[in-house]
Amino acid sequence: MSKSSRPSFGHALPRRRFLKTSAAALAAPAILPSRAFANEELNILVWCDHADPKLIDPFAEQFGVTVNVKTYEGTGTAISLLDQSGEGEWDVLVVDAPDVPQVAELGYLAELPEDIAPWGDIFPQLTNAPWSKTDGKIYAVPEKFGYYGFCFNKDAVSVEDARRGDIAWNSDYAGRIAVYDYYFPVMQMIGISMGKTPAELSTSDLPEIRERLLAMKPNVKLVGDIVGVQNALVTGSVDVIVGGAEFAVSGLVPTHPNLDWVISDQGGLIWNQGIGIVSGTGRLELATEFIKYILSPGGQGALATSDCFWAMPASSAATLTPEQKTILRWDQQPEYLAKSQFSLLPDADMDFQMLDIWTEFLQS
Amino acid sequence: MSDIQPSKLMPGGRWHAFPVARLALYPAVLYSLCFFVAPFAIMFAVSFWQRTRTGLKATWVLDNYEQFFARDFLIQALFNSLEVTALTAIISVLVAYPLAYILAFRVPQRWQQIVILLTVLPFWTAYVVRSYSWLLVLADNGIINASLIGIGVVSEPLTLAYTRGATILGFVHFFTMLLVLTIYSSLIQIPSNLKAAASDLGASRAQVFFRVTLPLSMPGVAVGAFLTFVIAIGDYITPQILGGNTEVLIPQAIILQVSRSANFPMAAVLSIVLMVVVLGVYALFARSLRMDRI
Repeated sequence: MSKSSRPSFGHALPRRRFLKTSAAALAAPAILPSRAFANEELNILVWCDHADPKLIDPFAEQFGVTVNVKTYEGTGTAISLLDQSGEGEWDVLVVDAPDVPQVAELGYLAELPEDIAPWGDIFPQLTNAPWSKTDGKIYAVPEKFGYYGFCFNKDAVSVEDARRGDIAWNSDYAGRIAVYDYYFPVMQMIGISMGKTPAELSTSDLPEIRERLLAMKPNVKLVGDIVGVQNALVTGSVDVIVGGAEFAVSGLVPTHPNLDWVISDQGGLIWNQGIGIVSGTGRLELATEFIKYILSPGGQGALATSDCFWAMPASSAATLTPEQKTILRWDQQPEYLAKSQFSLLPDADMDFQMLDIWTEFLQS
Repeated sequence: MSDIQPSKLMPGGRWHAFPVARLALYPAVLYSLCFFVAPFAIMFAVSFWQRTRTGLKATWVLDNYEQFFARDFLIQALFNSLEVTALTAIISVLVAYPLAYILAFRVPQRWQQIVILLTVLPFWTAYVVRSYSWLLVLADNGIINASLIGIGVVSEPLTLAYTRGATILGFVHFFTMLLVLTIYSSLIQIPSNLKAAASDLGASRAQVFFRVTLPLSMPGVAVGAFLTFVIAIGDYITPQILGGNTEVLIPQAIILQVSRSANFPMAAVLSIVLMVVVLGVYALFARSLRMDRI
């Protein structure tokens, strides 16, 4: 700064300037956090729901930073991206919550302080989930959840059939079934339909599950990603999505009121995504602020109703409109959560075997 | 003795000693080394590694290759890929050849450029968008089924989408455009006096086509078919969207290994297998692949 541009304190402040300066000083605490990060860039490796501008823009504007969003599908992809990146390249990671211990064990997640989240607002079932802590340490905070269940066309499928949990094997719906292409939850759903507890599944259960999975194939018209199965349901090519639930149809219901979703009477399988900080980040404070923003009522509401997919916010304090609550069946969540079960914690060996069985299922 | 020396740039001359000519080769060689040889060498090495609980372990074991050959569904994926791509190449050639022939010999020369432009117009559409567009046409309540039901040909929608047929249809739509171009470029290089001479010697129009035009256009057919095969066998999008993922092709098997469990060694094995197949097909086509004719 040149000498001439320095403010002079040699003269009394004019009254108007004094008032302006005082007002700015009073407002300073409110804007200081933003200024502290001005022009910084936050690199987040996340699911597609975090790419919605209505979620990202308010944070970027509040803190005067740029948020670089990279979306991915599948924890394997995230691990390979982190593998190939240099230390400090990524700041925030969103990951399938059951994979948190595995990702933490690989050293990609930093331990989080207890006060990073409004724990009192988060549904207790999520805070008590088996993956909420690894060796007593927090590596990710639950931010959004939902269920693996069944989506269906109300004009063609009765809700009773959909809720029974055996619709995928019901010959009345042969050729009308789409399956969400994610072996991990679908094979656990099959376990639930066989009376097994997902969290207790082991490799010894896989032969039975394999047999049941292969028996489903004659009824299956396609196995696809979210967009693929949604498209099939909307275009009338199928009437049921196995493995789908609120995340697959909530965003479509306003324009396609014939679509609906349920969880099985035997219980749904809870999915849950966690948000954490990548170890080695050089922007720890900003990453922490981002997580706090995501877990704030406004952040939770925007995340829950993201353009990419809707699902339940982890925080019961989320800001949702009455219409959004209806679509998400927000008031039924305590009952749904009580009825549903958590996913098992994946083990690498079991994961390989499950993928093999799934590939065989696709090929059969 | 003549003082005239052979040109350094002529065949038979010492052109390779000419430094500028040698320098001109370096960028291409460097490009190949950086973007083909080195990645391939890394992939080959990784195919012997092991994916463990804590990540990748650099080893030199054949476990991944053994696992590939021990799994029927992965072998089947290879055969599926071969069947789908072979059918795609054959059907694309059968569709593209008449189009290229009409373009080369029936469309007036002043219109040919416009027709070529119209032929490649679908290339301007994104690949994924084109696949989803086909899905809307082939869906149970899509245009085809709605029309068939509307005119009373069928009472229930036909299963058109999410089948191998849909995958092949999507491929054929794309590769026909490519083949039209390669075949057309071969056809227009055939000297017209050859056909005239054959006719003068009493050959019928069919004989002229089968004994003159077709053999001389085969380099364009072979190159187009080979490119179709190479691109289609490595394609992931079309089988995933149009095929409904109800059978696995090699690219899908690779993606499953990478995206779900980061099993790069097994993905590398599948990629090597794919590459060996492509090289095998190249060996079959090698004699016909006269790129200089394209």
